[in-house]
Amino acid sequence: MEALDGNAIGGMLNEVFGGEMTMAQAECGRCGARGPLAECEVYLGGPGVVVRCHVCHHIVMVLVEVREMMCVDLGGLSELQLPAFVND
Amino acid sequence: MTAVVDETPRVRTLELEIPDWPGHVAGQHVDVRLTAEDGYRAERAYSLASAPGEPPVITVERLEDGEVSPYLTQDVRPGDAFEVRGPIGGYFVWRAHDGGPLFLAAGGSGVAPMRAILRHRRNSMSDVRARLLYSSRTLEEVIYRAELEGEEVIHTLTRAQPPGWTGYARRVDADLLREVAWPADDGPLAFVCGPTSFVESVAAGLVELGYAPGRIKTERFGPTGGR
Repeated sequence: MEALDGNAIGGMLNEVFGGEMTMAQAECGRCGARGPLAECEVYLGGPGVVVRCHVCHHIVMVLVEVREMMCVDLGGLSELQLPAFVND
Repeated sequence: MTAVVDETPRVRTLELEIPDWPGHVAGQHVDVRLTAEDGYRAERAYSLASAPGEPPVITVERLEDGEVSPYLTQDVRPGDAFEVRGPIGGYFVWRAHDGGPLFLAAGGSGVAPMRAILRHRRNSMSDVRARLLYSSRTLEEVIYRAELEGEEVIHTLTRAQPPGWTGYARRVDADLLREVAWPADDGPLAFVCGPTSFVESVAAGLVELGYAPGRIKTERFGPTGGR
């Protein structure tokens, strides 16, 4: 499966976090690489969405919808710094 | 949906009228969500191809096994309605005050956000230099062909070329980028949009030329993600 990037889940993240998230700064919990969520690798083909660090490919975020509820696992991140919301 | 333009045999541009549309920034996208009678939902992202201030417009390429694009390119008629979420995105965006010079690289329907950026540049009377490198399989598959004649565009046709074609006829590689991209010393700002393999090879090539990684914005698309 080919990876897309964080832009592809901008709408989903917007719904979960309530604002523009592709510019949120994410820090990988394994290698420490830091950058906008837009630059993370995103895999959409499975039952959920898997987000990986674009440097070391560690899983940093998983989003799964279970019975109308979005479950978000941020355990692979050491930090997530919210951006100023562009459309607000 | 208010109007349709046929761009190529497989690509259509749809003009949308969206209640309470807040306006958008060049480079942003919308998610289109279709729901079947049994509740099955499919959602895809499509870049906005119009400039800020213009009605929202998306350009859709038909994928034969697609879940959303066949409806958007064959079935939907002006006056029909579907669910749209947006505008979305704060990373792959360009505002006139972001400056340049702009080096835009598009593969296939990845040209849609570039049209928004080029229109915005024009509408805002920006004096930022802009150059588009646009990779298509054939000349017939070039989207916005007439409109792009007014811009600085370098085409490459990767699968077939018309008789007498003097332009590039191969996939974008480091040598091709060296010939057409602004020199790194000019401090260019690059936007790269296309299928994953296109985006990765162009971004790597630009880094090799000395482009600052923080000034290369990338957006990948594929069959599950959109366009």
